[in-house]
Amino acid sequence: MNEKIILNYNVDSDDFTRAGEASGNVKRNLKLMGVDPDIVRRVAISLYEGEINMVIHSNGGAIEVIISPTEIEMILKDEGPGIEDTELAMQAGYSTAPDNIRSLGFGAGMGLPNMKKNSDELKIESKVGVGTTVTMKVFIS
Amino acid sequence: MTIKDVKDALGARYVCGEELQDTEVHAACGSDMMSDVLAFMKDRSVLLTGLCNPQVIRTAEMMDIVCIVFVRGKKPDDTMIEMARERDIVLLCSGHRMFSACGLLYEKGLRGGSPYR
Repeated sequence: MNEKIILNYNVDSDDFTRAGEASGNVKRNLKLMGVDPDIVRRVAISLYEGEINMVIHSNGGAIEVIISPTEIEMILKDEGPGIEDTELAMQAGYSTAPDNIRSLGFGAGMGLPNMKKNSDELKIESKVGVGTTVTMKVFIS
Repeated sequence: MTIKDVKDALGARYVCGEELQDTEVHAACGSDMMSDVLAFMKDRSVLLTGLCNPQVIRTAEMMDIVCIVFVRGKKPDDTMIEMARERDIVLLCSGHRMFSACGLLYEKGLRGGSPYR
């Protein structure tokens, strides 16, 4: 695998049944490519948490995954509403998710900390009223 | 311990994946919060949960969980069963409540992961 492979997905807001389809597809592709299972799992968990966050909190957006021989880069870009306090959102246990999301098994404030834990690089750029872009990298070597 | 041992210890029944009953399991995690499950890293695990929606199957897929036990008599629907079949995940149903189900498996020697940090 010498070239970059780019995978693109749309993520709809509030479509909880389909949430995770993109992450599952990326995971299956990485497994087929023979990427180390530990790397595959870290990518899958980071991306799934991010995808779930987009479904719960955003107005919808897109995911781009760039696979190169040295790293896997995940770019999750939504169309708002944006994060008011990124530092606060990073704190374990902090969540603005409504009760109906908690009843579905999410919204415990563990998403962003878990994304940080499983990726080698995490960057969050957010502007209220505009949107959020989360960029994560997992290094292969 | 194998998936069949888990099934026998809990007096559970197979919903799907019986043909994978000899698969070894090395650890277990009990939670209704998928966020907690995603923070749990262990190979060849069993997930015990009272939550019953497609995200349980997707969470298991991301974590390489080989078997899901639905406690408190919860029954997965056809969509979930199909998703589990496609991913080679064994589904079990048990009438035990979460605490009792975890206790029974612990008694048989199955353990959780290391403490969360």
